[in-house]
Amino acid sequence: MPKVTIDGQTIEVPNGTTILEAARMIGGKSVPPAMCYYSKLKETGGYCRTCIVNVSKGSEKDPRPMPKPVPSCRTTVMDGMEVQNLTSPALLEARAGVVEFLLLNHPLDCPICDQAGECHLQDLGYENGKSKTRYEFARREFEPIDIGEKIKLHMKRCIHCFRCVKLADQLTPNRYQGMLNRGDHSEISTYIQHAVDNEFSGNMIDVCPVGALTDKTFRFKSRVWFVKPEDAHRKCPTCAGKARIWLKGEEVLRVTGRKDKYGEVIDWICNECRFDKKKTSDWVIEGPTHIDHHSVISMNHYETLVDLKHETDNHRKQLTNKKVNLGQGALDPNNS
Amino acid sequence: MGRQLLIDNIKDPVTGALTGINTLEGYRAHGGYKALEKALKLKPEEIVTEVQKSGLRGRGGAGFPTGMKWSFIAKPPGVPRHLVCNADESEPGTFKDRYLMHHKPHLLIEGMIISSFALGANLSYIYIRGEMMVQYHILQKAIDEAYAAGLLGKNILNSGFDLDLHVHPGAGAYICGEETGLIESLEGKRGNPRIKPPFPAISGVWNRPTVVNNVETLAAIVPILNMGAEEYAKIGIGKSTGTKLISASGHINKPGVYEIELGVPVEEFIYSESYCGGMKGGRKLKAVVAGGSSVPILPAELILKTAKGEPRLMTYESLGDGGFATGTMLGSGGFIVMDESTSVVKNLFNFTRFYHHESCGQCSPCREGTGWMEKILHKILDGHGTVADIDLLWDIQGKIEGKTICPLGEAAAWPVAAAIRHFRPEFEEYVKNPGKIKDVKHYYRLNNLEPVN
Repeated sequence: MPKVTIDGQTIEVPNGTTILEAARMIGGKSVPPAMCYYSKLKETGGYCRTCIVNVSKGSEKDPRPMPKPVPSCRTTVMDGMEVQNLTSPALLEARAGVVEFLLLNHPLDCPICDQAGECHLQDLGYENGKSKTRYEFARREFEPIDIGEKIKLHMKRCIHCFRCVKLADQLTPNRYQGMLNRGDHSEISTYIQHAVDNEFSGNMIDVCPVGALTDKTFRFKSRVWFVKPEDAHRKCPTCAGKARIWLKGEEVLRVTGRKDKYGEVIDWICNECRFDKKKTSDWVIEGPTHIDHHSVISMNHYETLVDLKHETDNHRKQLTNKKVNLGQGALDPNNS
Repeated sequence: MGRQLLIDNIKDPVTGALTGINTLEGYRAHGGYKALEKALKLKPEEIVTEVQKSGLRGRGGAGFPTGMKWSFIAKPPGVPRHLVCNADESEPGTFKDRYLMHHKPHLLIEGMIISSFALGANLSYIYIRGEMMVQYHILQKAIDEAYAAGLLGKNILNSGFDLDLHVHPGAGAYICGEETGLIESLEGKRGNPRIKPPFPAISGVWNRPTVVNNVETLAAIVPILNMGAEEYAKIGIGKSTGTKLISASGHINKPGVYEIELGVPVEEFIYSESYCGGMKGGRKLKAVVAGGSSVPILPAELILKTAKGEPRLMTYESLGDGGFATGTMLGSGGFIVMDESTSVVKNLFNFTRFYHHESCGQCSPCREGTGWMEKILHKILDGHGTVADIDLLWDIQGKIEGKTICPLGEAAAWPVAAAIRHFRPEFEEYVKNPGKIKDVKHYYRLNNLEPVN
């Protein structure tokens, strides 16, 4: 059983455990954020690079030069390994860089995006990113397309985590979707738009960390923080029937899988439960859901906004000092 | 001119006419397939030891010792092993493998048979770049000849060793030159590099143990066996043994493929009549990219002499002397020489545009960062850049390097870092005097577009 030390906390883990899983066993703030890794699916992770950690000491056996940033979701723990996450400022800077890359071409259309409030990219941005972008060019654009009858794909919001592709490969018998093109033009697609037709395809909405895949039966109905989640079940011939229903008054606005504190689905649910059972009478309600996974919006977690204000003020001062040709008082916030 | 082991006998030394060594008959007339006969009498392990003793290092760019790579291959009982030849030569500035395959296809095939025998592989592949259809047909013809002569197939030369060799053309993607991207592409999938570990030596083609070697590395196995490892190791300096093919291009009098004994001084290589023949038009040397577009560019004073003032030699160690602060890499041997008329900024834009185009799009730093760097360089070249943009470029390359799945991230970041490190005043010239840039509409010219007013 190898022993690993993450941010000074030592834990003994089974052979073959990844650093990320070991950190999750410890829990707390040292758990690296993960946008593409999904413990319920095989071969996920390694793409988004937000979970990078600094391995300051490999192990006695490993002669490779350290320290070295590695993706924690794909790196197996070695005995005697020492890992820095929050304790390495250089690493946090590197992670902020990754967040910047992820947001580079993201449209930031949170005000009209259904995922806002439960979006992992939003949380990641607030917690690990910078408040200002240095990107000043046009962002890539894609038209939203329908993949399947009930699912909408907004490719411009996608962060290329490949979770939906892996899900389609592993949960359903046929391969339904993949990546087209390459580089920053690459897009998830089904090639023929309506090709996704499988009774478990709706789970790709749950695994999507951003608002790229959304439920067409819920789109624009409500902000997620106005709906009340309840754990509920029903007798379903296809799936376990254990779901989470989102209520507004008596009305079931949407049904999703139950998620753990890392935002990962506990039981996959079928499309019938997800899209067609929209009456309270369809469900046996177990009680209100305790949401473990915090979200910056639902928790009013806006501390970083203080920094944003500070930075904006500084920026404004600089502009005023430069006497930009904007007319007297144009930059005075009190002058409306 | 030093000894030639790989590209010898291609042209007649007196008349300069081709000797016909591209056919089996011609190749045999020059002592071809002698090494194979010798090798089949040895034990596979003895060949691996021989290659280890020769000190041969991978010629594809990384310079990893070949013998050590071979010794890493997993040997689970009952699982077939494979050898794959990486002929997806797409590094800008490198064209040595194409030359070798074009003129001496049998040298590669002989090297592959010996290497397959040493590794215990009965099914081997040559993955050739999709653009090299001419060389694909040459190789296919040579393989057919070898099959007909009993050099491939069942029971090669009555040794009891079977080998099937296939040549497979790619579809033209730089990323498929990365070994795991190549393996994916060979399996018929999208050429996305795999996340390592597991390394190909454990799980490669069809999840079986695989060794991927460059064309030149496999070809070098033949002279090693012919002359013996000790003799081969005497060529070169220190840990850089043997000969290396250098693709020389740029502002020199005689661009082309040269075979050098490792250890030739860079100055001699550029100015000697037996190699590049000096600078074109007698102009001044400005900079050299010594090992293909991914390696750091070095200014004239640093490429000719190291920071310590010693003359720089064409070896893995000497070119790497001083780290990236004052050194570079031998890489794949794509030697690009630039004279004083060259704009490093424009050259960098060209390289960055290439890496942006070739990024596979799997991991975020490379997918987003390469495009961003290209756009900033485009902005600078269009005369709209600021000094902050130069610092931003420096920051972006630092955030890509070392954080990607495959080395394409580094390949994109290193040229940017080196250009700014050594030629920052030139970048500043571009941003401070945009009016003086004579050809701001270079982008449109590059793309044959009419400038938009």
